[in-house]
Amino acid sequence: MNDSARESRFRKPSIPPNVLPFSLVAVGLCALTVLICWAVLQFLRFTLEKNKIGSSLFDGIMILVGLIPLALFVPAIRGVREALQAQNALRQNDLITARVKTASSQSSSWFALGYGVFAVLTAIAVWFLITNDVAVGSTFFKMSLIFDKFGLVLKAFMTNVVIFCIAEVLILVWALVVAIARMIPGRAGQPIRLLATLYTDAFRGLPSIITIYLVGFGLPLTGLTDGLSSFLQAKFGIDDLTTLWAIIALTLTYGAYVAEVYRAGIESIHPSQFAAARSLGLSFTQTMRFVIVPQAVRRIIPPLLNDFIGLQKDTALVNVIGTIDAFNQSKMLASNYFNLSTVTIVAFLFVIITIPQARFVDRMLENDAKKTRGAR
Amino acid sequence: MSFLEINDVHKRYGNVEVLRGINLNVEEHQVVCLIGPSGCGKSTLLRCINGLEDITGGEIRINDDRVSGPGVDVNRLRRDVGIVFQSFNLFPHMNVMDNLTLAPRQVLKMSKPEAEQRAFELLKRVRMDHKALSYPDQLSGGQQQRIAIARALAMEPMVMLLDEITSALDPELVSEVLNIVRELAQEGMTMLLATHEMGFAKEVSSKVCFLYNGVVHEEGAPEQIFSDPQNERTQQFLKSIIEAGRL
Repeated sequence: MNDSARESRFRKPSIPPNVLPFSLVAVGLCALTVLICWAVLQFLRFTLEKNKIGSSLFDGIMILVGLIPLALFVPAIRGVREALQAQNALRQNDLITARVKTASSQSSSWFALGYGVFAVLTAIAVWFLITNDVAVGSTFFKMSLIFDKFGLVLKAFMTNVVIFCIAEVLILVWALVVAIARMIPGRAGQPIRLLATLYTDAFRGLPSIITIYLVGFGLPLTGLTDGLSSFLQAKFGIDDLTTLWAIIALTLTYGAYVAEVYRAGIESIHPSQFAAARSLGLSFTQTMRFVIVPQAVRRIIPPLLNDFIGLQKDTALVNVIGTIDAFNQSKMLASNYFNLSTVTIVAFLFVIITIPQARFVDRMLENDAKKTRGAR
Repeated sequence: MSFLEINDVHKRYGNVEVLRGINLNVEEHQVVCLIGPSGCGKSTLLRCINGLEDITGGEIRINDDRVSGPGVDVNRLRRDVGIVFQSFNLFPHMNVMDNLTLAPRQVLKMSKPEAEQRAFELLKRVRMDHKALSYPDQLSGGQQQRIAIARALAMEPMVMLLDEITSALDPELVSEVLNIVRELAQEGMTMLLATHEMGFAKEVSSKVCFLYNGVVHEEGAPEQIFSDPQNERTQQFLKSIIEAGRL
């Protein structure tokens, strides 16, 4: 019994499944995708003509675009061909070729299907923009308005840039102070630890829009800042302090977040590094400064970037205290023109500034790794 | 009066008493080896001498000055007592030269050229001067441990504590590190080392101490401990070491 079981296992190698039906289904779905894309293009042409902006140039572009989904048939048909080759090989008892062809047939069919889904989603997005007589398109993407007001919104966006650049520098310093205060050792450090813990608890819990509101409206109301404002007005001619309040409020809020990021980074450094530094006679402060924090900073750069992108986006909240930032400016324009395209500009600007930052951080970490890592 | 005196030292972590009254004297220029099974308290004792752990009872004296308990200037103590760890613990974000010069520059306030000059001498001594600008992760374990020894020597300590410095090394890298220690012993450096390298302990040490369960069970000249142990525990320990082919 046992012997026969063992023998039969050796006699039956696994035979690859027949993937011909699957590859044919893939070809069919690709054809359907092409039809959907063409239908949407036809609808686009109809809409353009109705709005009297149709031209032979647009027609030409649309025919070219209509050719793109046909490329789906290249991998789809290759899948069918390879499925047929696999069947052929199987008939000639060439199991290995059959397996290779089956695998690559499946891969080709899935590749075609994947890009098919991509094409359908793109077509749906285009349809969404132009449906209801280009309602979505003209509400969010009115090109004439976007080009006209881009400069104005960009200028207001500089306020956001100023706020987050200054706030980021302040946060980097302030958060490190808070993080180290939370980790100060010994009984004498207890009150400092307590203070730092209270601060992080409070400002991580407070929604940043409320902090901005309270600082931006509250501080001037108390009259405590009157001296400062009259000084700034007399010395520098600045009479709008809302940007300053915004910077302070955002530094307080994000300082609490970033302090926790710093702390996590510092705690992730193995205690043996601390022991090694202390054993050489370095003090707590020297150990932090030369050994622990430099290593921690390298580890926290990605989460730090996360918080900074969050901060940059939260600069859009400062409109609640009347700062003329990009969002506030675009809202005014939106209500003047009864159209949201100016807000689209702001959305575009925020997305555009984050992408290079992410790439820059990736590059920086890669270079650092190259410098200190050996060939292992 | 001995150079280093350890009098009835206790160390307790919560309910676990790791050191239960250690008594040990080390004279100047002596090399003392601590042997004993894992968990017997060798590493803890070394960390206590360096002030990395507070002791919970007894006292430690160096040159007749009490160096344990509250109020001791640990930063000063650690200048005089160098320690080398099992896992090297080099600073991975600094190159070899910076690893060696950090403490002399920050603690001894040495100028950069002077610190580098001395670091270079030390690197030559551990035969690592060709790697001065490498980073720790680019070096082998044996090389890293030699750098770690040089880093501790850069503070010109009066006594060196070596905590199983070859345990994390591949067998063929052990000798390069032990050669350095051998040379240090010949130059008259006072050393206290915890080790599992029995052959080496037999060769370099002036005195061997067998620790078991937080107590020194037997101490004596290496020839006596290794060939004629009196204590039953020592006999058992050495028997299993010999069975494992390590002596």
